Amino acid sequence: MGSMRMNQAIATALAEEMRENSSVIVMGEDVADAGGPFKTSEGLLKEFGPKRVRDTPISEMGFTGAAVGAAALGLRPVVEIMFVEFLGVALDAVVTEAAKFRYLSQGQVSCPMVVRASIGSGLGFGCQHSQTLENWVAATPGLKVACPSDPQSAYGLLKAAIRDPDPVIFLEPRALYASRGEVVTGPDGLLELGRARIAREGTKATVVTLGRTTSLTRAAAQQANLDIEIIDLLSLVPWDVKTVCASVKRTGRLVVIEEAPHSGGWGSEIISTITAQAFASLDAAPFRITAPDVPVPYQRDLEALYLPSESEIVRQLESYLVTGVVPQPWWTQEGIAR
Amino acid sequence: MTAETDPVQLLTPEGQRVAHPDYDIDLSPGEMRDLYRRMVMLRRLDVEATALQRQGELGIWASCLGQEAAQVGSAAALRPSDFAFPTYRDHGVALTRGVQPLQILELYRGLTNGGWDPLEKRCGLYTIVIGNQVLHGVGYAMGQSLDGTDDATITYFGDGATAQGDVNEGFVFASVFTAPVVFFCQNNQWAISQPRERQSAVPIHQRATGFGFPGAFVDGNDVLAVMAVTRAALERARSGNGATLIEAYTYRMGAHTTSDDPTRYRMGDEVERWRLRDPIERLKVYLAREGIADRTYFDTIDREADDMAVTLREGVRRLPVPEAVSIFDHVYAEEHSLLHAQRAEFEEYHAGFVDQGVR
Ligand SMILES: Cc1ncc(C[n+]2csc(CCOP(=O)(O)OP(=O)(O)O)c2C)c(N)n1
Ligand SMILES: [Mg+2]
Repeated sequence: MGSMRMNQAIATALAEEMRENSSVIVMGEDVADAGGPFKTSEGLLKEFGPKRVRDTPISEMGFTGAAVGAAALGLRPVVEIMFVEFLGVALDAVVTEAAKFRYLSQGQVSCPMVVRASIGSGLGFGCQHSQTLENWVAATPGLKVACPSDPQSAYGLLKAAIRDPDPVIFLEPRALYASRGEVVTGPDGLLELGRARIAREGTKATVVTLGRTTSLTRAAAQQANLDIEIIDLLSLVPWDVKTVCASVKRTGRLVVIEEAPHSGGWGSEIISTITAQAFASLDAAPFRITAPDVPVPYQRDLEALYLPSESEIVRQLESYLVTGVVPQPWWTQEGIAR
Repeated sequence: MTAETDPVQLLTPEGQRVAHPDYDIDLSPGEMRDLYRRMVMLRRLDVEATALQRQGELGIWASCLGQEAAQVGSAAALRPSDFAFPTYRDHGVALTRGVQPLQILELYRGLTNGGWDPLEKRCGLYTIVIGNQVLHGVGYAMGQSLDGTDDATITYFGDGATAQGDVNEGFVFASVFTAPVVFFCQNNQWAISQPRERQSAVPIHQRATGFGFPGAFVDGNDVLAVMAVTRAALERARSGNGATLIEAYTYRMGAHTTSDDPTRYRMGDEVERWRLRDPIERLKVYLAREGIADRTYFDTIDREADDMAVTLREGVRRLPVPEAVSIFDHVYAEEHSLLHAQRAEFEEYHAGFVDQGVR
């Protein structure tokens, strides 16, 4: 147990898994000598040497594809995609190869690899370095998808991802790398893929969050004293239907908060499943708080507007809790806040 | 590993004009002074931008310190109707294509996604996803030859980018379709924290042979040699003989970007060694020795650079912040119904407040 930043929690989890299992290796750009562009692999080169901690040439296709081959033959590679956008040039290896090996080989060949990638807006990096893109991978059978929301979940989920027998996409909100928190290490700190966690208990509505939106929603609830139950999804594939459903049955209302654009988001998946399973328990229409259907703006104020902010979450939830009517999204409200 | 040959050089680090068996250049005194002036202005922009970033006026800056000759020399070899595809670091290319310094700062201040009109400047927007622009350049060049013009394309990339699939795929296409393209690789010895040896096991220019076009190796800190070699490659492209890969051997004197700390991974004495090969200093010595420019001229250029720095500092703070509603602009040629509804709701609501004098 100790206080760490999220990037340190990731480095700690990597180091522990590498110590425990000599088949775990790390590859990526600037991960060895420099300790990772976000310092998520600091100390690994020194402890495990260049055979297991490898700086590669700048080719995501190269190192991700190589990881597929290495994983198929018994290693447990963890590769780092510096910005999730660069997964684009390696998508074939992930979506069409790694995700299909077990299926193609009738269970003979698996691909126990982890693709870590930094995601998300909030740092002024512009529209090609600020997306979350979880929806790209969530729709691919054969892949698991996890997304931590703080140092503890980064630690516990990453260890679970490395131990998992299937390819796991591990999406790290980059705005949270510097966030600090207590981390229980060892077996007690381990989390299970596919298991959500109740980040705040409450009775008037169930609010499902993922990654960055968890802390934003928690802060919103605290600030406005909202009686909501926050469920931090942690895993997107598989997602924890049971926990969300049980909560909605208690609260009667459901809201999903996503950082990504409105159209095509996973929140619709949650709402459709829960509506089908718990329709009788709902006393208001479920809805989603998302970004609008535009690329992530570059300019700081506009970017802040894009991401569902703490104040925006407060505004929408307060109105929903009182009226039971689905509130208008921020883009119909602009002018009030500023 | 194949041994490195010597790069083409027309001007030694000491500013001596030397001959080369394959390349030469004949520039008027005015043209040489112009190259000098462009490099000085570029460096001042770079130094000023780095300072502005430290003061919080820019979000980030990618310095081209040390690479002035490679960028200015190659871009100066282009004619207006050619097309250049630069990366995030190629400010010397952008300036030489007529982009205004403030437009570059506007980009790095986060106020615009692009900065200039690529078709007007015949200079693409900066590409930050490594390697993409090489494919774009090849495609553009294929179009140039289909159009039957004798224009050519130059596409810029770094030593690190040579590992990327896009770049190698671009080489294959250029070769198969005999595209009029010049691949201009600035080997600045580093790709963030990774030294050149990690990017390519053979000297970069030698890789061209396997793709089926020539590779040239040039002293990237020698503006005359860079210009001569680039001109020859462009000539080859224009006359229908296809691509050339130029490796300009240079050095990234600064950090990768202002977010990077190079002392974590490289030695200071390496930087000091390269300082002795400064691209601007060597041209200055040559110009002075040959009587092509004198102290008065150098002082005038320095003053012009000082003036530009002042203008930039003031200008950057005055750049307008985009309106909130602009986030809905330019997502599609014509907004589809869903997005249109989002914008319309926004505008309607916003307009109500403007009417009441609230903004
Ligand atoms: C596809 C992709 N992968 C990784 C990155 C992150 N990245 C940005 S710059 C850079 C190094 C590029 O090195 P080089 O090509 O030598 O160009 P230089 O920065 O030295 O000019 C890397 C890895 C990126 N922008 N795009
Ligand atoms: Mg480089």
